[in-house]
Amino acid sequence: MIAGIPHATGDKVERVRADFPILATRTSKGKPLVYLDSAATSQKPRSVIDAISHYYEDYNANIHRGVYEIAERATDAYEAARKRAAVFFNAASTDEIIFTRNATESINLVCYTWGFEHLGAGDGILLTRLEHHSNIVPWQLLAAKTGAELRFLELDEQGRVALDDLEQKLQGTKLVAITQVSNTLGTIVPLEQIVPAAHAAGATVLVDGAQAAPHMSVDVQALDVDFYAVSGHKMLAPTGIGILYGKRALLEAMPPFLAGGDMIRRVTYDRTTYNELPWKFEAGTSNIAGGIGLGAAVEYLEGLDMAWVREHEVALTAYALERLAEVPHLTVYGPKRAEERGGVAAFTMGDAHPHDLASILDAEGVCIRAGHHCTMPLHERLGLTATARASFYVYTTFADVDALIEALEKAARIFKL
Amino acid sequence: MDELFYREYILEHYRSPHNYGHLENPDISAEDDNPLCGDRIRVDLKVEDGRIADVRFEGKGCAISQASASMLTDVVKGMTLHDTLRLGKDEIMENLGAETLAAARIKCATLGLKVLKAAAMRALERAAEAEEQHP
Repeated sequence: MIAGIPHATGDKVERVRADFPILATRTSKGKPLVYLDSAATSQKPRSVIDAISHYYEDYNANIHRGVYEIAERATDAYEAARKRAAVFFNAASTDEIIFTRNATESINLVCYTWGFEHLGAGDGILLTRLEHHSNIVPWQLLAAKTGAELRFLELDEQGRVALDDLEQKLQGTKLVAITQVSNTLGTIVPLEQIVPAAHAAGATVLVDGAQAAPHMSVDVQALDVDFYAVSGHKMLAPTGIGILYGKRALLEAMPPFLAGGDMIRRVTYDRTTYNELPWKFEAGTSNIAGGIGLGAAVEYLEGLDMAWVREHEVALTAYALERLAEVPHLTVYGPKRAEERGGVAAFTMGDAHPHDLASILDAEGVCIRAGHHCTMPLHERLGLTATARASFYVYTTFADVDALIEALEKAARIFKL
Repeated sequence: MDELFYREYILEHYRSPHNYGHLENPDISAEDDNPLCGDRIRVDLKVEDGRIADVRFEGKGCAISQASASMLTDVVKGMTLHDTLRLGKDEIMENLGAETLAAARIKCATLGLKVLKAAAMRALERAAEAEEQHP
């Protein structure tokens, strides 16, 4: 253990780990599970798993319709989850929290409603070079249909977003669509500088919060973002539930996305009037269990305190960067200082391909991601086809990092590096 | 997967692949990739009397994909095009000396075979077309 890491982190993380049933399991080879792929999806605490089972076992019913007791309970639990999420992200109103399937759907919702209404030929859409495919491809589709233009904020040699030409790139830009934390390099994007400049230039701002919302305190009003996209499954909730936050005035002026039940106020064979926010954007029966699970996940994170979550991950990342630097032939990509990055470390090791590394680590019970992590253009820019990536969360320990290093040393021996 | 899977000869094929490079005037070339991991393989064939007279491959990617392709080129030299189409996963696993492989990695292991079969198929189609035109 290196100096300067608070031991309190270690005590608390052991209590946290006890809440996650999967962390007590072993692989088929009898190895303890060392889960270092939380940037792909997080593990789930007992309270989230229980909240989902509890709904299915005790009050499973459709919401917003039934007048009987369990239907009311289901509606209340689902809407309570929305309320909890609104408080967690400090939205001005619960009506600004739209439940979606995931961050990808949240971004697509904005693209196909706000985007197609507001963006036309020659209008700029400003992204960073860090973006996940889910925040590139929708805009490419829109650009191909409307003639809007994609622009990119470049990166410096540490993978940090260069802001020197921000003003220039904002000229003619109508939408700034950027990630808050890179899922590959871990780079934290300086929203506090970009958002005010974007607004001053008359642009609307959408932030992909998939890798930020689980890991740091996010206040959408303080950030002053117009749209914020979240994936529940990366923040302890089940898969299939996400959030789109949008400022009320924008959401109200937007046409509906998907059409069907629940999003309507009144339907005749000729015309339809739409439901109020947030239900206007929630067509069809929602992922009720998922919403309730997300509520339980947010409650769990509130209990941990997001300031602690961030502090824990900075300490882990600092330790991981230091230990990874000791491994011969290993290169870590992204910002050098842990304070400038999220809890993720992408790396390569000599001529050992990341997929081979992941397979060798798998034999040791160490789960990492290998590939392009849905950032193919970023990898191409870095001159890489693939990287190995270890990512951390509330239940990750320094011992997990040690296990990673040990397994990498073994891989180095196998590859005779 | 067992660590033993990464046997010495797999790494030898990875670092010093057999039949690596291009053929000067190949009768058939084929290329494919596995976008999930960025593995890419190209195969050049020289065909004589329905047999693979010579073969070269070129590519980049993980040790499993590249070593597997390298071993495959040794196996198919001299083989009839029809026989190469009968090769499958089992033969590839036998080459590698592996009993099992994670599903995602089987795609790596069989990429070379997939490209080779595409080339063989095209060579056979071309031969059939030539037959039709000049029976």
